Amino acid sequence: MKLRTALSSPVSRCLAVVAAAGLLASACSSGSNSNSSSGAGGGTLVVGYTADPNTLDPWRATQFQAAHMLEQVYGTLTQLDTNMNVQPGLAASWQYSDDNKTLTLHLRQGVKFQDGQAFSSADVKSSLDRLRDPATAAVAASYIASVQSVDAPDANTAVLHLSTPDAGLLAGLATVNLAMLSKDNTEQQVSQKPNGTGPFSYTTRAPNQSVSLKANPDYWGGKPKVAALQFRIIPDESSVVSAMQSGNVNFAVLNDPTVAKTAQGSGLTLNKTPDLAYHALQLNSRKAPLNNLNVRLAMQCAISRQQVIDTAALGEGTPIGPITSPAFKSDPNSQPCATQDVAKAKTLLSQAGFPNGLTINTIVSTGLYATSVNEAQNLQSQLKAVGITLKLQTLDSAAYVDAWKAGNFTAALALNGGSPDPDGMYGRYFTSTGNLNKVAGYSSPQLDQLFAQGKSTTDPAQRKQIYTQISNNLVDNAAWIWLFSSYDYTAMTKSVSGFTPMPNGSLINLWKTSLG
Amino acid sequence: MRRFARHSLTRRLVEAVLTLFGVAVLVFAMLRAIPGDQITATLGTESAALSPDQLASLRDYYGLDKPLPVQFFSWLGDIFTGNLGYSQRAGESVLAMTESALPITIELAILATIVGLVIGVPLAMLSASRPNGARDGVSQVIGLLALSIPNFLIAATLLTLISKYAHYNPNAGEFQHLFANPGVNLQQMMFPALVLGFGLAAPIMRTARTSLLEVSTADFMRTARGKGVAPMRLRVRHLLHNALNPIITMTGIQFGYLLGGAIVVEQIFSVPGIGQQVLVGMQQKDYAVVQSTVLVIATLFVLVNLLTDFLYRVVDPRVRAS
Repeated sequence: MKLRTALSSPVSRCLAVVAAAGLLASACSSGSNSNSSSGAGGGTLVVGYTADPNTLDPWRATQFQAAHMLEQVYGTLTQLDTNMNVQPGLAASWQYSDDNKTLTLHLRQGVKFQDGQAFSSADVKSSLDRLRDPATAAVAASYIASVQSVDAPDANTAVLHLSTPDAGLLAGLATVNLAMLSKDNTEQQVSQKPNGTGPFSYTTRAPNQSVSLKANPDYWGGKPKVAALQFRIIPDESSVVSAMQSGNVNFAVLNDPTVAKTAQGSGLTLNKTPDLAYHALQLNSRKAPLNNLNVRLAMQCAISRQQVIDTAALGEGTPIGPITSPAFKSDPNSQPCATQDVAKAKTLLSQAGFPNGLTINTIVSTGLYATSVNEAQNLQSQLKAVGITLKLQTLDSAAYVDAWKAGNFTAALALNGGSPDPDGMYGRYFTSTGNLNKVAGYSSPQLDQLFAQGKSTTDPAQRKQIYTQISNNLVDNAAWIWLFSSYDYTAMTKSVSGFTPMPNGSLINLWKTSLG
Repeated sequence: MRRFARHSLTRRLVEAVLTLFGVAVLVFAMLRAIPGDQITATLGTESAALSPDQLASLRDYYGLDKPLPVQFFSWLGDIFTGNLGYSQRAGESVLAMTESALPITIELAILATIVGLVIGVPLAMLSASRPNGARDGVSQVIGLLALSIPNFLIAATLLTLISKYAHYNPNAGEFQHLFANPGVNLQQMMFPALVLGFGLAAPIMRTARTSLLEVSTADFMRTARGKGVAPMRLRVRHLLHNALNPIITMTGIQFGYLLGGAIVVEQIFSVPGIGQQVLVGMQQKDYAVVQSTVLVIATLFVLVNLLTDFLYRVVDPRVRAS
């Protein structure tokens, strides 16, 4: 009786319908959940990621999240240490021929792919051949452009024949974008189920939720300290910090200095590593008025790099010159107007024929990195003091990338990735045949010559000298205005220990990291 | 009359199909009109370094090399065979992704609607019982707050407070589906549903209040009161019952919007629902995902609207008769 009255009321009838629909809807969803039992704690290190890896193909992984997840699964011929020096990887040792045009790699023995197959020189040859094929569209193909052919005389030896000496080659081989794939795997196969020689092997993935890896006990470097790794997608960076405070996530890489400061204030361990990536105002020297050297120099004089850091990045950064690679680092004070000089900027501007100032259109991205718009606004106010109007065109990331890659801008505020070797870092921008020269907007016969010298010289001291000349040439001509490098922040809960951060943002040391 | 009803039903269906076709054309065209494609979205600024041969190979891989009409009709043709496309990014079919994400969003929408009704309707009754009195004032202020505080602010504040001070953050754990692990799932849904429901309570409360006030002055109410109907029964059976129609309309529309995915709230609480699926698809220019998911959402929206019309008939005999 009671029940009948309850159900006869329209409100309860509606609720009943709604509830039934809910049950039905959720019934469809059960079963699609793959690894519900493996929660945090125990031996699983949970890494908070703000974005889902956008590919499982190591040769095309340029997104931060994809590249650093795949680094756990794949191995490379060489590796970098924390000072960005080249160390053995899958190649245990190597030697150059006298003319530096033949590189013989002696491979590590007893290495296995995660599917159980042995790693051999046939895999090296197959990988390098496929990487160089344009149809593969490997993003790091230009790193091995000097390789003409690869021989595999025996199972443990691979011989690379080069068209010209290439001093940057060994450092280049350390990128996960040149990871070694099994000759038996097509790229399509590994982009479904990765199979590498790295410390962790791929288990499952729930798109937009998580990627799970488990320790590879046969890893040549030793057994990883945790049983499993899970990359959990928490789209909002502040929510990642909340998840760490509640203990559900153990480890995260943070980019926004504001968020990093809150993490530090809330009992998490925060590592701060100077980043190889650099913030710069790219100038297109092929377009008026920036084709006038004095205009570019005037801008360089008008800008205080420290002020940009203080206002836009909460003081979190260091002023830099062009090269950030530790062994070749540019002296930030070796540029004309190392400190702001407004009077000189004004003089240069009159000499350039713009005593009444001028306007420069500048593209700025939103969404690519946290500090972009603040940097742009600070530069705008600094340049205004000498009569230069920076007209900002704020674009969403897709529109920005489109304009950037077409070289379709007068000036562009950018955060560009750095490289352990200065040739890998700037050869592609500032040589006249470089694949990014259109974007760089500047080249000169002197620079072409210097880059060629740097590439063919193997003596480290001589190379250092050559790249210092290159660096000075770039700032003397104000090819771009180099501003600062910021930090990579890795946040960890107190239970995590043993992680060593890398200047290139790599998480390659996660296998040495332990929990509890 | 029956023929008329059938005629109107057919017309509604034709309208619905045309609407969906329009949505398909629009989403297809808009996606391609905005800058960038899957190549630039995947490779970022590195896409500038691709050689023409590499670019051609990638365009082929992502199916961008075919003429637009071919792309459109092969997508539409596939939809009719139940193939919503494949996401190269996620390594999964869009159908499988939607099967996982949609129930989550539906569950969230239902829970939020329940929260909205539970807060909104009693508040409205309270407020309508003494118009312009103290109760009314308080309820109106709550309604105004719910309308004017953006839900992302409530969500972010709530999340920070509970994780920092209570060390409780169910949403940071691995997401659990309702039937696989109801206990955890409901904890994970609780905060997003509360935040969304609070926002939903405001329009429900305002609509309900107006409707209740209108009905309470009707003749039959005076008669019922005069007949000596018990106050509680008067309020529920006579007053609320007759004031339901606008409330259902409002709730139906809001529910439809919720099915589109409460993108911001899903983002903050890491709920892997349909809103996130579209958002990530959009960021990554994953055309198949965005096109097909938007079409699924539009279909649901149309269905919910049809269902709302149907609900009127159930609740109100006057609509059935006309």
